[in-house]
Amino acid sequence: MTTKALAGARIPLPSWTRNLRAKEAIAGYIFLSPWLLGIILFIIGPMMTSGFLSFTRYDIVNPPEFVGLKNFIEIFTKDRLFWPSMMLTFRYALIVVPLSLIGALAAAMLLNQALLGTTWFRTFFFLPHLTPIVAAAVLWGWIFNADVGPINHWIRTITGSDNAPGWFRDPDWAMTGLIIMAMWGAIGGNTMLIFLAGLQGVPQELYDAAVVDGAGLWAKFRNVTLPMLTPTIFFNMVLGIIGALRVFAAAYVATQGGPAYSTWFYALHIYTRAFQYFEMGYASALAWIFFFVLFVFTYVQFRQSRRWVYYAGEVD
Amino acid sequence: MAGEAIATGRKQTGSGINPAGIFQSASFQRAIGRGILYLIAVSSSAVFMFPFVWTVLSSLKRGGELFRFPPTWLPEVPQFQNYPKVFEIVSWATWTWNSTFVAIVSTFGAVLTAALVGYSFARFRYPARDVLFIITLSTMMLPVEVTLIPLYLMFAKIGWLDSYRPLIIPSFFGGSAFLIFLMRQFFMSIPIDLDEAARIDGANYLRIFWQILMPLSIPVTATAAVLTFMAQWNEFLQPFIFLNTKSKYTLAIGIRYFQAVAGFADDTEPKYHLLMAASVMMTAPIIVIFFLAQRYLVQGIVMSGIKG
Repeated sequence: MTTKALAGARIPLPSWTRNLRAKEAIAGYIFLSPWLLGIILFIIGPMMTSGFLSFTRYDIVNPPEFVGLKNFIEIFTKDRLFWPSMMLTFRYALIVVPLSLIGALAAAMLLNQALLGTTWFRTFFFLPHLTPIVAAAVLWGWIFNADVGPINHWIRTITGSDNAPGWFRDPDWAMTGLIIMAMWGAIGGNTMLIFLAGLQGVPQELYDAAVVDGAGLWAKFRNVTLPMLTPTIFFNMVLGIIGALRVFAAAYVATQGGPAYSTWFYALHIYTRAFQYFEMGYASALAWIFFFVLFVFTYVQFRQSRRWVYYAGEVD
Repeated sequence: MAGEAIATGRKQTGSGINPAGIFQSASFQRAIGRGILYLIAVSSSAVFMFPFVWTVLSSLKRGGELFRFPPTWLPEVPQFQNYPKVFEIVSWATWTWNSTFVAIVSTFGAVLTAALVGYSFARFRYPARDVLFIITLSTMMLPVEVTLIPLYLMFAKIGWLDSYRPLIIPSFFGGSAFLIFLMRQFFMSIPIDLDEAARIDGANYLRIFWQILMPLSIPVTATAAVLTFMAQWNEFLQPFIFLNTKSKYTLAIGIRYFQAVAGFADDTEPKYHLLMAASVMMTAPIIVIFFLAQRYLVQGIVMSGIKG
């Protein structure tokens, strides 16, 4: 990393420079201080507080009452929405993230073909990503309207039958609707732009060498393009999964977690317990379980990444 | 370019295998290939743009036209007055102002302090700097859910609920890890010789930051500002939890409120056409900003992603 190079390049200096060093350190801390304070006030402090609250019963009106592991026991044994919401949140993330990564890569490769009007295509793909999630949920709610929405009209026209999904009204289809909505916003988004830059950054010599070795289109993609993009794929996968697991606004506006709890995502569960029932202790326990699961999941992804992520600059 | 390489690759195999016949000729195959690519590009553009087109068209219909079966594409007579009507039935002007105010002030705070913190990480040597930087990066992966409840309780205790302070003031503490990272990466790409030359000329650290580094960082600052503004404009969860009074709503929660009442109209017809107009009005500023700042924005996104 460049920081190390910067620090390493300095030659040990005589002792009178210690003063200068101290001055530099003090100045550095002063410039850092807003963030240091911010981390303490808005991240570490609240995390410790919610850690503490998770062992209490707290309804805001009365002071927190210590209850030990009661919240956690209740969550794992009595909370009928805990496991389903955790499961369907993961199901959602594990469908949306890989599909949108594949879609983003395909879109980036299409945009990298030097077609006329590429700038326009790129803009068209990217605009959905800019749409505020709430606005997207509102407009997709209308497009997915079971009776008079265009999607169902086409489905009826094509199948010739009157049966069409109820989408956000139908427990079997609400999740699919949310997934389609998320993919619409994600495929042409930042990931696609990053892939596009990545594709343009693949050295031409590698392709030339592959052609000399007799590689076809697929072989070039599989053995040159894909390995060169793995760091980007990994970075976007980790952040994408974390983002997808936190899905809240889209579901809250489009389906309110329903129908029949079919889109009751974990964040919705935390929100309801905290801000509708005002069970702050219980909700803190839910939040900490979420944090722990996310942490483990991300850690596993980092461990796994060593097997498949290729960093061009790295010496093995 | 990679695209060129793939195209020429195809050309070579084509001419190698089938030297004769116009339909098997390399240029014909290439033309077919290009044609298919254009077809895919145009049709996927249509898929991505369809929801926008449908929303804009719906926003120009009369309320009852939306419920016609089968659905119609074009409004019979474009109802441009739907847009001013949104301002009449909900406090759209107030909400737009609220969103603008919150987004601008918090963007200012976030970008300014993220630049200072990025400067610290990029240019100073002090104990624990690299550890602190790693902690900073790892906060990107922290779900807000863990901190939201205590923050709510804290803001309640100091009487900040139902005001913009919880949405604005935290931005003045370094913005976000992502912004700090963005600024630091950029500062590190500026030669340190410039700092040193300025220091020899007697400039202090703040002056180096303000007069040497910041003027050179206008593109990245613009990127950071645009990204933050958009994120703030779209933000739902925090205003939703921290604001109560209807007149204090931002657009994101205003539109959600409007959606909740649109079906239950106080007069004869439902207001979905107006809801569509509202969605258009909330999205339009973001799209305008995108077109104005497209170059910076794309660069910034790419920079953050590749170096990450």
